[in-house]
Amino acid sequence: MGSRASTLLRDEEIEEIKKETGFSHSQITRLYSRFTSLDKGENGTLSREDFQRIPELAINPLGDRIINAFFPEGEDQVNFRGFMRTLAHFRPIEDNEKSKNAAVSEPLNSRTNKLMFAFRLYDLDRDDKISRDELLQVLRMMVGVNISDDQLGSIADRTIQEADTNGDNSISFNEFIKVLEKVDVEQKMSIRFLH
Amino acid sequence: MCEPRAARRSAAGPPLTGFVCVLLLVCVSVASASLDVGNNETRRTAAAETAEDPHHPTNSTGLKKAFPVLALNYDYVRKPFEIALWILLALLMKLGFHIIPRVSNVVPESCLLIGVGLLVGGIIRAIREEAPVLNTELFFLYLLPPIILDAGYFLPIRAFTENMGTILVFAVVGTLWNAFFIGGMIFGVCQIEGAQLAGVDLLSCLLFGTIVSAVDPVAVLAVFEEIHINELLYILVFGESLLNDAVTVVLYHLFEEFSHAGTVTVADAFLGIACFFVVSLGGIMVGAIYGLLGAFTSRFTSHTRVIEPLFVFLYSYMAYLSAEVFHLSGIMSLIACGVTMRPYVEANVSHKSYTTIKYFMKMWSSVSETLIFIFLGVSTVAGPHAWNWTFVILTVVLCLVSRVLGVIGLTYIINKFRIVKLTKKDQFIMAYGGLRGAIAFSLGFLLTDDNEMKSMFLTAIITVIFFTVIVQGMTIRPLVELLAVKRKNESKGSINEEIHTQFLDHLLTGIEDVCGHYGHHHWKDKLNRFNKTYVKRWLIAGERSTEPQLISFYNKMEMKQAMMLVESGSAARPPTHASSVSMQNIQPRESARGRAIPSISKSREQEIRKVLRGHLQNTRQRLRSYSRHDLLVDPFEDHVSEVRFRKQRVEMERRVSLKLLGCCLSRGPDQEQEEDPL
Repeated sequence: MGSRASTLLRDEEIEEIKKETGFSHSQITRLYSRFTSLDKGENGTLSREDFQRIPELAINPLGDRIINAFFPEGEDQVNFRGFMRTLAHFRPIEDNEKSKNAAVSEPLNSRTNKLMFAFRLYDLDRDDKISRDELLQVLRMMVGVNISDDQLGSIADRTIQEADTNGDNSISFNEFIKVLEKVDVEQKMSIRFLH
Repeated sequence: MCEPRAARRSAAGPPLTGFVCVLLLVCVSVASASLDVGNNETRRTAAAETAEDPHHPTNSTGLKKAFPVLALNYDYVRKPFEIALWILLALLMKLGFHIIPRVSNVVPESCLLIGVGLLVGGIIRAIREEAPVLNTELFFLYLLPPIILDAGYFLPIRAFTENMGTILVFAVVGTLWNAFFIGGMIFGVCQIEGAQLAGVDLLSCLLFGTIVSAVDPVAVLAVFEEIHINELLYILVFGESLLNDAVTVVLYHLFEEFSHAGTVTVADAFLGIACFFVVSLGGIMVGAIYGLLGAFTSRFTSHTRVIEPLFVFLYSYMAYLSAEVFHLSGIMSLIACGVTMRPYVEANVSHKSYTTIKYFMKMWSSVSETLIFIFLGVSTVAGPHAWNWTFVILTVVLCLVSRVLGVIGLTYIINKFRIVKLTKKDQFIMAYGGLRGAIAFSLGFLLTDDNEMKSMFLTAIITVIFFTVIVQGMTIRPLVELLAVKRKNESKGSINEEIHTQFLDHLLTGIEDVCGHYGHHHWKDKLNRFNKTYVKRWLIAGERSTEPQLISFYNKMEMKQAMMLVESGSAARPPTHASSVSMQNIQPRESARGRAIPSISKSREQEIRKVLRGHLQNTRQRLRSYSRHDLLVDPFEDHVSEVRFRKQRVEMERRVSLKLLGCCLSRGPDQEQEEDPL
């Protein structure tokens, strides 16, 4: 399995992915073998069904949204580059990266980009605001079916009330960042495996 | 709450008040000691006389005594009287310190208490009395458990589990390093030094090293509570102090056995390692069993709310004692019990019981801590001492050096595996916060008397304790401010943080599954799922077993807000739209009612009521409860919620009656022809 994977992935590609995402050589090969094991159709891309075949993802309340996050706007297939680009958001932030000069564009796993990724999972219609309905949908997914709509509604209202500073009854990206300023996002949104 | 009172008193002259306080307390302690003296004398004279029953002074041969209207019988209440007096003394001291604001800002409370202990010990010694000593039984069975229970029950679980690896490395490897380094170096220096210390053999040195190397949870708590550093550092140092108990217990028993046996083989070393696993895992298991039992019991206490808090305390204490029976780690058992029991007990128990549990725990741990430090001071004056300059200074220096080296070395290794690295500042605070305390002292006391170095060891241990608690304890606060270490952020729970944190948990679990990596989030998710499907159903009573975590968090927040409303007395504020969960059950009814009673005139209503009264018995009740806005059965038995609901009920009655009146007045008699919705 390992040898087959490395022959299919050219060195130039690995270099490009390394530059774009910051992963190391070994990580890229490791994730490539995972990619090919998920790719049952063996056509070099993953479809939604490939993701849905992962059993734990099916019982995850946010499973569908996570799967959608991998696919770029409107497309049904994701290649290895796109796969890696999405996973790059969850790479732990290195200490030496923090001192990089501002001329280089912000790496994919910076705090702002991590938060933007999470924000986009809430904000399905991409209007840069989490409306009350979008929040209700997420709450419903996380809480299950036993709670009444009214209860969820009051929770959603209170959430928006707490976070909303400009009074538009929805949470913008800046308000989202502000609310999570006390949460250690660098640690919470990083997977050690991808270190 | 005592701030205004203290301010007023301090305006009157703090030094004078403080001085009076201290004088008063010294007098109390002298009185108690002299009562001892007086009692001894009466006992001696009583023994000298012929045997006479002290309760019933009978007529001796000869003189007839008058009937005693007032008699003195101190012997009867001696023991509880002295215990109560000591505790009272300790608490009055604590009170006294907080009245003098300047002193308590500079000197941590633990130092002041040790100082008082020294003073009292000195006085007792001056009048040549027997001072109560911090003997091992008293300490380990009565004084230590409340503190550990309090710490374990309120342990921040999330931070603890996230840093579990780091904490374990520091606790196990760090303590081992400290013990062997200190013991080895002392042995080496003793061999070099001279005939004076040559009698100290390697095993005794290693035993001594074990005793003095363990970071003490009581001292750490006492000092760190006051400086409010950020949660990460707190949990690292405190977690280490809790978990190193297993290592200390094993090493202590190991070395003590060996020093009796004489020779050590490789097999013994392996047995020691096996013993460590047995002690720690066994302790945790015992604690978890008692915790689950406690949670299960709390499921059935809905009819006897008054004794609920007792179950928590008794099960925890039993866990501690049961672990001690088998020489397992009692501290770890106690922590495991508290951690296991807490989520289920809090779901089952009434709000008042929850408050009771919290306050009793805090109260007991506070008293224990105070008593420990005072006794430490008293025992210092009383205990057998053998001062040896070389040994003592060597010990203190070695403790510092080994701690610093240990922290730096281990952090270097650990940082390779951590996502959020430990900075130099963190390392410094961790090294500086390695305080020794009463556990070291009690373990030293436990040393068998045939060890002739015992007095020397005790002196050295006491010196190390004093040095760390007083010097390091006093200077850590200015150092923290100087280095600008991150402080604890005093934020109340926000529903946003809770929602988003759970959201991120699910997200990360999903990404881990995509990567095929069974990491931290994966196992946490599995545990949560297992908890939800199986455990909660058994351990939580009634409907709350299926309540999602988000909803219970939200309910708690609402409860807190309601209580704040009542306490701040803002009774006139009308309920906001996004207020209480139970409100939601009222509001749809209100709107429905608004739609159902738009334009019925009073006479019409009377007619309808007459008809229904005659034919439909149930409807009357329904109508009555309908119009009286009878709410659901109150889920909280708190007075607060009742007040609030009554307020809201009145408010709504007013609104509905206004609506009715308004409709009748505005529409007039034309509406009599209209069809009523009924």
